[in-house]
Amino acid sequence: MKLIFERGSEGQGCAVLPACDVPPVTLPKQRTKELRLPQLSECGLSRHYTELAKEVHGVNDGFYPLGSCTMKYNPKVNEAAASLWGFTKIHPLQPEHTVQGCLEVCRQTEQLLCEITGMEAMTLQPAAGAHGEFTGLLLMKAYHDSRGDKKRTKIIVPDSAHGTNPASAVMAGFTVVSIPSRDDGCVDLEKLRAAAGEDTAGLMLTNPNTVGLFDKNILEITSIVHEAGGLNYYDGANLNAVMGIARPGDMGFDVVHLNLHKTFSTPHGGGGPGSGPVGCKAFLAPFLPGRRPAGREKLHWETSSHSIGSVKAFYGNFLVVVRALSYLLTLGREGIPEAAQNAVLNANYMMTKLQDLYPMAYPGICMHEFVMSLEKMKHETGVSAMDIAKSLLDYGIHPPTMYFPLIVEEALMVEPTETESRETLDEAIAVFREIWQKAKTDPASLHEAPVRTGIGRPDEVGAARHPILRYEF
Amino acid sequence: MGSYIANTKEQQQAMLEQAGFQSFDELFSDIPESVRCRGLSIPAGLSELETMEQMEELAAKNKVFRHIFRGAGAYCHYIPAIVKSVTSKEEFLTAYTPYQAEISQGILQSIFEYQTMICELTGMEVSNASVYDGATAAAEAVAMCRERKRTKVYVSAAVNPEVLAVIGAYCYGNGMEVETIPHKDGLTDQQALRAALGDDSACFYLQQPNYFGCLEDAEEIGEIVHAAGAKYIMGCNPIALARIPTPGECGADIAVGEGQPLGLELAFGGPYLGYMAATGKMMRKLPGRIVGETTDKNGKRAFVLTLQAREQHIRREKASSNICSNQAHCALTAGAYMAAMGAEGLRRTADLCVSKAHYLQEELGKAGLRMKYRQPYFHEFVTTGGRAAEILTALEQAGILGGLPLNETDILWCATELNTKAAMDRTAAIVREVSQK
Repeated sequence: MKLIFERGSEGQGCAVLPACDVPPVTLPKQRTKELRLPQLSECGLSRHYTELAKEVHGVNDGFYPLGSCTMKYNPKVNEAAASLWGFTKIHPLQPEHTVQGCLEVCRQTEQLLCEITGMEAMTLQPAAGAHGEFTGLLLMKAYHDSRGDKKRTKIIVPDSAHGTNPASAVMAGFTVVSIPSRDDGCVDLEKLRAAAGEDTAGLMLTNPNTVGLFDKNILEITSIVHEAGGLNYYDGANLNAVMGIARPGDMGFDVVHLNLHKTFSTPHGGGGPGSGPVGCKAFLAPFLPGRRPAGREKLHWETSSHSIGSVKAFYGNFLVVVRALSYLLTLGREGIPEAAQNAVLNANYMMTKLQDLYPMAYPGICMHEFVMSLEKMKHETGVSAMDIAKSLLDYGIHPPTMYFPLIVEEALMVEPTETESRETLDEAIAVFREIWQKAKTDPASLHEAPVRTGIGRPDEVGAARHPILRYEF
Repeated sequence: MGSYIANTKEQQQAMLEQAGFQSFDELFSDIPESVRCRGLSIPAGLSELETMEQMEELAAKNKVFRHIFRGAGAYCHYIPAIVKSVTSKEEFLTAYTPYQAEISQGILQSIFEYQTMICELTGMEVSNASVYDGATAAAEAVAMCRERKRTKVYVSAAVNPEVLAVIGAYCYGNGMEVETIPHKDGLTDQQALRAALGDDSACFYLQQPNYFGCLEDAEEIGEIVHAAGAKYIMGCNPIALARIPTPGECGADIAVGEGQPLGLELAFGGPYLGYMAATGKMMRKLPGRIVGETTDKNGKRAFVLTLQAREQHIRREKASSNICSNQAHCALTAGAYMAAMGAEGLRRTADLCVSKAHYLQEELGKAGLRMKYRQPYFHEFVTTGGRAAEILTALEQAGILGGLPLNETDILWCATELNTKAAMDRTAAIVREVSQK
């Protein structure tokens, strides 16, 4: 495919701007470096992006069982709401009495999310899940600092955690204590007890965890940390499995982050913008960042008394929040648990129909996702998790998450989500089974996959070794 | 009322049974009884029609101003229709991060094109795929500059307070100490900067044009910073970069900024876009996603996420940042905007901004508002001398969002290509009326 710089020609462009209606003024000091941008007619431009769009697999292009990412359908009414002029044309620094609608969007969303998570206060400022983690950790740090408890420098993270957990902990100035998981993928209580102590600032945990299981010992886990004087952080990556069914606040968590772009149906945008609200118990609320809506009839902004400052300019990814609110209003108190139930049902259904061929890393009931291990298959046939994933591309299915969690060899993590129909699941199951047969009879063909996509497997090693990060004119 | 679940109740029951369960309750048997939620205290679900009605009601409670003379970090520019047409394509909107390159070439290529345009705009060698916004880009840039013995961060007092607050919060996390360098008559005090920098200085962050709209002597400041062995970070308005000397020309090590002016809606503050570019030397310290060109196994040009050894999913606690998502869809928007405008269009936008702002300033001057800082400026400036609250209220009643009040007398104004001479004349007339009262 041609790059945008390789299309059009000198002098082509779009006529966008009017003539200047005031006396022209020029700046005293100007750039001397030439500025080279595309030169393309509007028609050329339009075709370029249409061509690019054809080389993208979106949620509407087919099944997207990407584990841990919750690729559910993105409802259109949310988009309609987010494109209302009353939201898009509002300057973030308008006087408060002219933005009562925006303040109310923020407040309603905060209240709904507090109820769903069992938390007592919420900030919408963080822009993504990892950003929420960082924010939550700063709250924990500020809390310990406020008590003069300076020795709490360590964050306990299970080895099954997302990579963002340890990375966020380090950014917040903590050192990471990684504890190995038990064979069943859950937290090893003895190891946790041994790790928790006077230097423990807190624990970061995903529950359901990253292998797709709800940790039965959750109350014991959180109380071990509390007894040691630490706080419990809930990574909301997997909340879709339990929203309306169980609340982090009731499990003993003090602070949570959510991913509006996973659980609450806002589109992923090819990697953002997301939104990562952080909720907390009342004792952490004084440290929350940014401005939050307050008041009864007339709303106004308020800053927390011991705020950690701001983690982002203004109030967060507002239009993402608008979409999530539209979703929350639509689902309401029945729809939210129903979504979780069906997310879990769809995963268990698929797992049941695949487990005779594909070994499950953790047999038993799964939550909204399950992890298969291709270790034995790789040993016997040479076909890897990567090969299976790449073969799925030829069937128009987005592959599951590969090689995560790190504690499972040759892992494929499947998360169907609740918005997929039985028909789609059955088709995908048939494809998985067909690929299994191929792996047994013709493994070489799987190493070659995909063959029906725009490009074949790219040379990633070469890309990293000789980085070409921009077009050279 | 709606939950977007495809399967009927009957299908659900059949699936439950095939999976070996009698009821949904059994699916959740791992969850201890004591933490089971017995119903949420939130309103019942709505039909689509009702949801849309409620959202429209909320939107109607906001005032949409016909004329906006306020910037201060969020700028009102014209967005060509083609930009919306591109960004509303559902493939771009609904896809995940392009980890599966074979079915994501469209997104990867759009990011590669965006990276190229950011390099062109900033005069830097490498750009990442974007971060959350200009303020977090500044904070991430600061973290890039940390060295074992260099942990102090200096920031000009003439930067946007939102940016300063975010740098402060990030540094509370990583333990870097932040100090501000005062401004003198609207420009960073170079003497104070020279005196402050030392062996422990990691970096200096300059905003260009600065918070008051003034154009700093960025080249001179760069020399002062480098003479002390510190890194130089410039945070620039991308529209201004079509005209002003680039960070590359000014010797910056890292260039960052708020990409919102490049085709993104005001949207009450987000989603916006943080652009980040650096010298080749600092390439491996850049946080976030980066797209690189390579070939597929048949030798065909291909794009992939690259240099991932810097990132959290590989390096975990040793990663350069925890950042995971970028603002891909906003980067797509900015790319389409720059492509639609072209270099000539972007320069003309910058010229219109400058000319209109100077006209507005002159007219406001005639109406009794004096310039606070007598410095060259781009499209923002500060006036003093009037009763800010009264002036802004009078403007508001006429459907005009005036400048941002900085205190009782000072107002930070902004003009862009969207502000017509007629609207500016009217604004000045209202200001005159209030001043003469």
